[in-house]
Amino acid sequence: MFPRPITQLSAPIQTLYKIAVPVALFLWLLPLLGVALTSVRPASDLAQGNYFGMPSALAFENYALVFKNTPMLQYMLNSFWVTIPTVIGAITLSCLTGFALAIYRFPSNLIVFFMFVAGNFVPFQILMVPVRDLTLSLGMYNTWYGLALFHIAFQTGFCTLFMRNFIKSLPFELIEAARVEGVAEWRIFWFIVIPLMRPAIAALSVLVFTFIWNDFFWATVLTTSAATQPVTAGLSSLNGQWIAQWHLVSAGSILAALPPVLMFFLMQRHFIAGLTLGAVK
Amino acid sequence: MSALWKANQRRIAPWLFLAPGLFMFMIYVIIPIFQSIWVSFYDWDGLGAARWIGTANYIELVDDDAFYTSLKNNVIWLVLYMLAVPAGLMIAIFLNQTISGMRLYKSLFFFPFVISQVVVGLMFSWFYAPNFGLFYNLLEWLTGKGTAVLADDRYVTYGIIAAGLWPQIAYVMILYLTGLNNVAPDQVEAARLDGAKGWRMLWYVILPQLRPATFIAVVVTVIGALRSFDLVSIMTNGGPYGSSRVLSFYMYEQALSEYGYRMGYGAAIAVVLFAIMMIFISGFIWKMWRDETER
Repeated sequence: MFPRPITQLSAPIQTLYKIAVPVALFLWLLPLLGVALTSVRPASDLAQGNYFGMPSALAFENYALVFKNTPMLQYMLNSFWVTIPTVIGAITLSCLTGFALAIYRFPSNLIVFFMFVAGNFVPFQILMVPVRDLTLSLGMYNTWYGLALFHIAFQTGFCTLFMRNFIKSLPFELIEAARVEGVAEWRIFWFIVIPLMRPAIAALSVLVFTFIWNDFFWATVLTTSAATQPVTAGLSSLNGQWIAQWHLVSAGSILAALPPVLMFFLMQRHFIAGLTLGAVK
Repeated sequence: MSALWKANQRRIAPWLFLAPGLFMFMIYVIIPIFQSIWVSFYDWDGLGAARWIGTANYIELVDDDAFYTSLKNNVIWLVLYMLAVPAGLMIAIFLNQTISGMRLYKSLFFFPFVISQVVVGLMFSWFYAPNFGLFYNLLEWLTGKGTAVLADDRYVTYGIIAAGLWPQIAYVMILYLTGLNNVAPDQVEAARLDGAKGWRMLWYVILPQLRPATFIAVVVTVIGALRSFDLVSIMTNGGPYGSSRVLSFYMYEQALSEYGYRMGYGAAIAVVLFAIMMIFISGFIWKMWRDETER
């Protein structure tokens, strides 16, 4: 193990370490703690210059105000409307593509695979004008499904990389044995491979959920009104209206951050397994 | 028909499995790349007829000061963003212990990565806010004079990059924590018996084993640096006086914002950004290709 386990060192050093970790964590999360604290600070505290001390009262009404005076609830619902279909769509498509690229040998296999990988890295701006134009001409501009369709297509790149590598690590003998038995290819996919892919599907679901929930660029390019904007774009436009009303900005920020944070804590193991795929050989 | 299918099933099947995903990816990702390159040779407001103007957009770029500011900022982003790799490694080494509650500590350290960049941008705006921001006060206390980081064209880009580094370091940290978890213990013990420790141990024994993690960390950091858009848009909107623009933001501003709909010119900026990114993408793909074909 590297570094040397702290339990092998002297007692004072161990104690020092046990103090250092929470202190470092506190400093690391300082911007977050500040905003969380501001979100429950009464407006009067800010007016009196009490920015850092304990709030004079816990003002959960900031959250109520955000919900009452702004379309925050609508924004959050819109985000779910974009995010959930994207997760389902991208994972469905990439199970299929990942299976094709992992199981079959054909001449253009690697070329198709690397096209997915490379496409996944391109800057969004090179896609912006044509994708916006396409969405407009399909009559899907400023709709949740117009945004979700693009996300499904784009996320398929990353998901294919992930699924293909995952299926490739499964024992190939399983598939060979089924073929010898004369099982049809689609039945191999459905009855043998899919049941084994549960961990990969779980990991990708949480990752894609977080990526899409947090997307800001495409939300601003493809949606314009409060009825369709996801929470990131909504928060950005609210920020323009709430000049210096930091208690409201903070409450809105915390709300927007909440779903992916909950997702992360509930599915932590899958989330990290997904992110670190390929980090070990 | 059925006989033909039986005979060729394994040849046709992969393409049937690929068809839906490949179709979507072509329509929304691959073809638009070429369309953008095509649009960059036109003068187009996004509505009316597009007019072919050849390389005029690119010629205009050469004389555009805002373009150079953006390009310069992109280089600063790229260089400083790379700090996430050693910083993430340091935190991972610091946290790679087994004391009680360590799992929770690790997840909390990772926290910033889960949060939207829009929210990160707002948090740091609050952090830097003149007069009451925590950072502003800290500076005032240290130097006797506070600085409004986001309103000062000398510091603004660095201020935004610091905000971007926060989640990026968290990401790199988790990559290295996983990597450290898989370092071969017998090699570490053997090296320890040979008297290796500290930096030498890290450099000669640990880092070579962390190479896959380092590769991914570098890839995601480079891509993240060149994709920076959200933070610039949220924290400064390119200001003050356009001094914090990066290419991705400048492209958006030209093509879609209140400054007008110059799709052709925007596309030309996007092509330049794409060309820069392609240098890195080709490198990554080349390495992955080599690993794939060696197996």
